[in-house]
Amino acid sequence: MAIRTEPFYLNIGPQHPSTHGVFRLRVTLDGEVVVGLEPIIGYLHRGIEKLVETRTYTQNIPFTDRLDYLSSMTNNLAYCMAVEKVGSIKVPERAEYLRIIFSEIMRISSHMMAVGFFLNDLGAMMTPVLYMWREREKIMDMFEMVCGQRLLYNYMRIGGVSQDLPEAFMPAVKKFLAEMPRYIDEYDQLLAQNEILLARSKGVGILPRDTAIAIGASGPVLRASGVKWDIRKMDPYSIYDRFDFEVPTGDSGDCYDRYWVRMLEIRQSVRILEQAIAQIPQKGPVCADMPQFFRPPKGEAYGYVEAPKGNIGFYVVSDGSIAPYRVHIYPPTLINITALQDMVMGWKVADLIIIFGSIDVVLGEIDR
Amino acid sequence: MTVAINCEETGKKLQETIAGSVISAGKADILVDANKLLQVAGYLKNTAGLDFDYLTFVTAVDFLDYMEIVYRLVSLKNNQSLILKTRCFNRENPVVPSVVPVWRAAYYQEREIFDLFGIKFDGHPDLRRLLLWEGFVGHPLRRDYL
Repeated sequence: MAIRTEPFYLNIGPQHPSTHGVFRLRVTLDGEVVVGLEPIIGYLHRGIEKLVETRTYTQNIPFTDRLDYLSSMTNNLAYCMAVEKVGSIKVPERAEYLRIIFSEIMRISSHMMAVGFFLNDLGAMMTPVLYMWREREKIMDMFEMVCGQRLLYNYMRIGGVSQDLPEAFMPAVKKFLAEMPRYIDEYDQLLAQNEILLARSKGVGILPRDTAIAIGASGPVLRASGVKWDIRKMDPYSIYDRFDFEVPTGDSGDCYDRYWVRMLEIRQSVRILEQAIAQIPQKGPVCADMPQFFRPPKGEAYGYVEAPKGNIGFYVVSDGSIAPYRVHIYPPTLINITALQDMVMGWKVADLIIIFGSIDVVLGEIDR
Repeated sequence: MTVAINCEETGKKLQETIAGSVISAGKADILVDANKLLQVAGYLKNTAGLDFDYLTFVTAVDFLDYMEIVYRLVSLKNNQSLILKTRCFNRENPVVPSVVPVWRAAYYQEREIFDLFGIKFDGHPDLRRLLLWEGFVGHPLRRDYL
C-alpha cells in the first residue's frame, strides 16, 4: 500500500530573517516539497499614496526615499521626472549628469546588497555580505559627502538636484571607479564558480520567458529570463542615450542567472559612470529656477526609470494646486513576487528561501 | 525609444473592430467603455502590429464624479506604449471587468485597487484586500474618505 501524505501549512514570517523585512509566506507543504504558496503583505503599509495628497510636490520627495530604501536615489529620480513631465520643466545639463552618476552608484550599491544577501540566504552566513559592504561603505561615504545622509538621501529636487558636489567628491569617485573592477573580479573569483553556489542555484527556480512577460516582471528578474528589456536602452530617459553600455541577459531564468545578471550589471554601471565623469560639464546650475510653491498645470504624467530592482514608476495627476491630486507608485518588486508562486512549485523549503532571495525584494516598496 | 502609439488612429481601428467600444481617443490615451474592456484588451494583445503583451501598471484615480481606471501597456516586440482608460460612475457599487485573464500582471494591482478604492473587478480569481486587513471599513484612497 502506498503511503498517503497530507499537506500542511507553514508560516514563514512575518518576523523571519530570510524574509528581508516584514513579509509573510503561507506555504502549503507536502513533506518538504512546496505545493502552494501565498504571499501576505501589508505589514509595512504606511499609506504613502494618501499622505502625498496633502503635501506639496517638494515635500513629497522624502516619502519616495522610504519606498525602496536601498535605492533611494532612483526613487527620487522617478518621482521628480514625473512631476517635471507634468510641469514641462527643463533640467540643467549638469544636474542631469549628477542624477545619472548617483543613480548608477546607487545601482552598484543595491546590486551588491542583493547579491550579498542572496548568498546569505544560501547559507554563506555574513561573509559575502561583509565583502560587499566593504565597497558599499565607500559609496555611503560619497553620498554622505554630497547630501549629509547615508540611507535616505532626499537629494534630488524637482528641476534638478539640491546641491552641487563638494570638492572632495570627484577624487573619491575616481578612486572608487579605479578600484571597483578589481573588486568585481575578486567577487567573481570567489563566487562565480563556487561549487555550493552552482549546486544550489543552477536550474533552481526557473522563470520561463513567457511567464516573466505575462506577469509583467522587470529589472534583473526579467532580463535573467532572456528578455533584453532595459528602459535605459529601450526608452532612454534623461541622458542615457549618450552612454555606451550593454544590457546583460541570462538564458535559463534560474537563480544563478539572476545573480549573474546583477554582477554583469555592476560592471556596466562602472562603465556608464566612467563616461559620465568624463563628460560632465565642470560648471553650471544644478537646479532649474523653481517657485517656492510649484503649481503644475492640470494634467497627468507617468515618470519611470530603470531602478536596480526593476521599473519603478510614478503616475502623477495634477489639478493645478500645490499638492498632487493623486500619485500612484508602481512598485517593481510587488510585481516580481507574482512570479514566486510559479518558481517555487515542486521545490523544497530550503530552495524557497533562495528563490525568494534571488528576486531581491524590499518590503518598503511592496507595502508603500 | 519607446514610442507612444498614435491613439487617434488606434482608437478608430478599435471602434471599427469592436463597435461602441471607444468613447474618445485623445492624443495620449484611449478612453474605452467598461463593458467592452475585456474585448478591447484581447484585441490589443493579440492583433499583429499592436502586440501589447506587457502590462506595466494599473491604477485608479477618484475624480468624485467618476472613478477612472488607467492601464499602461507596452509592446516589447514593437517598443510602443499606450495608455488605456476606462471609467465607472457608480460609487456605491463600482464594477469593472478584470483584465487578469489577458494580462496576469494585473493580479496584485487589481487587488490593491479593490482594497484602496473599493472597485470590484468582475472575473478576478481571488479578489480580497491586499494591504489592509480583513474587516477594515472604507476605502482610504477615495477622495471623500477623510
